Amino acid sequence: MNAQSNDIATYNFAYLDEQTKRMIRRAILKGIAIPGYQVPFASREMPMPYGWGTGGVQVTASIIGPDDVLKVIDQGADDTTNAVSIRAFFKKVAKVAVTTETAKASIIQTRHRIPEHPLNAGQVLVFQVPIPEPLRFLEPRETETRKMHALEEYGLMHVKLYEDIAKHGRIATTYAYPVKVEGRYVTDPSPTPKFDNPKMHRSPALQLFGAGREKRIYAVPPFTDVVSLDFEDHPFEVQTFDQPCALCGAENVYLDEVILDDHGGHMFVCSDTDHCEKRRADGHHGHLAPETHLASEETEPAE
Amino acid sequence: MTDEPLLRVSALSKFYGSRVGCENVTFDLWPGEVLAVVGESGSGKTTLLNCVSTRLLPSSGTASYRMRDGQWRELYRMSEAERRFLMRTDWGFVHQNPADGLRMTVSAGANVGERLMAVGDRHYGRIRATAVDWLSRVEIDEDRIDDEPRAFSGGMRQRLQIARNLVTGPRLVFMDEPTGGLDVSVQARLLDLLRGLVTDLGLAAIVVTHDLAVARLLSQRMMVMKDGRVVESGLTDRVLDDPRAPYTQLLVSSILQV
Repeated sequence: MNAQSNDIATYNFAYLDEQTKRMIRRAILKGIAIPGYQVPFASREMPMPYGWGTGGVQVTASIIGPDDVLKVIDQGADDTTNAVSIRAFFKKVAKVAVTTETAKASIIQTRHRIPEHPLNAGQVLVFQVPIPEPLRFLEPRETETRKMHALEEYGLMHVKLYEDIAKHGRIATTYAYPVKVEGRYVTDPSPTPKFDNPKMHRSPALQLFGAGREKRIYAVPPFTDVVSLDFEDHPFEVQTFDQPCALCGAENVYLDEVILDDHGGHMFVCSDTDHCEKRRADGHHGHLAPETHLASEETEPAE
Repeated sequence: MTDEPLLRVSALSKFYGSRVGCENVTFDLWPGEVLAVVGESGSGKTTLLNCVSTRLLPSSGTASYRMRDGQWRELYRMSEAERRFLMRTDWGFVHQNPADGLRMTVSAGANVGERLMAVGDRHYGRIRATAVDWLSRVEIDEDRIDDEPRAFSGGMRQRLQIARNLVTGPRLVFMDEPTGGLDVSVQARLLDLLRGLVTDLGLAAIVVTHDLAVARLLSQRMMVMKDGRVVESGLTDRVLDDPRAPYTQLLVSSILQV
């Protein structure tokens, strides 16, 4: 695409060169064709350290176009370092419009949350994945885990859940909770809280997963079955919170604990900042909400 | 015992380049029968065991196994998926070093339960009850069920490995020096336990050992190997009491008398 514009003339559109993007798109297409299967790809060096979302950034760079609207969240928040940096990166190298509003975004790159606002058909959710192999901590050999996926030998995954129940009396895995995609591949939903697992099931949005260091891409196409693994007598259940969000009063959302002082003061607030701000703008109040609230950020247009 | 064997091995050879692993080994194994393979180290016992258990592919020869439905299947023509399924349901493999056969970082209960989960059991309570039952059958206290095998003694690890293998009710168990590296009193108890389990469950087993006492105690039939070839085979008591091949005579006369 039109690479030679004025200020950062040496970079191609969206940072990666076109051949690399084609290679990644092929991996993505293969991933979509085989839901939940980890497709190896030639991960590139990115101008950020491994573990900061190099996989997600490469996926986003490969699918983003000039008309896209990008939202980036880090643990649900639009205003943390990782989210701000990646948003600024694509604003600079792809000159795309960015937003914090879930509903307005066409691509949402996420680190470890799925937004509370339901996603629509046409939206793409890009996950940053640190360790794509759900069996890794039980079976360290890659040759063996690939064979286990190929032969659908997933007894080991339940060994992990068994260990949880034996040690804690219940399935204590709260994030990176293993799922079975379309009845075939056991897949790591990335370290999202298991609270978000049900949102993956038959989601109208396309879900793409990129692991830069581990060089794997996988995908959950829209309207795909995503079932969390469990035991008959210990069924899967999501976290519940005994109080609503302290700022917006929302219930049935995922909450973060925020420490307020050195004397044990704390509050629970929505982890999804956009959702929280929207609710406060609509007049919802939690018991710790300040009197005046910030107006939620508008979409920043493309330059 | 039925009139049909469980396993038929015919002219099995394995070469490592020009070196002989084992050569031209032929035998049948009947249901409920324990066959001991003895010989000095380097005689090809373990190579033979690994070939028969499909952990190694032989250079030539065949091995057929009678499946639970009575069908004969040629082992080296089965797909890898079928072989692995057979390995974790109808077969067991007891390694000399328990660390090779156990998952050292998960609890004893999960070690026993893994095979059940692998064949589709998804009921925690049932899996745990089965694990408790099997731990007691191999004389491991129930309150050790949530401990990792790392915290177990050598003898306990070996017993745990046996329980882990037998939980799916296999018909054939391969054992590679099951008492190797254990002190004599622990060995004696383990042998006692194995003998009891083999008789109770009607297991067929192939036991590789260099210890003739183990062969005498566990097996009905034995094969003596040297340099990759079988030099003598027959009923255990006959071979040990009346060895015919010169090498067997040497082996039997080498036993230390206390």
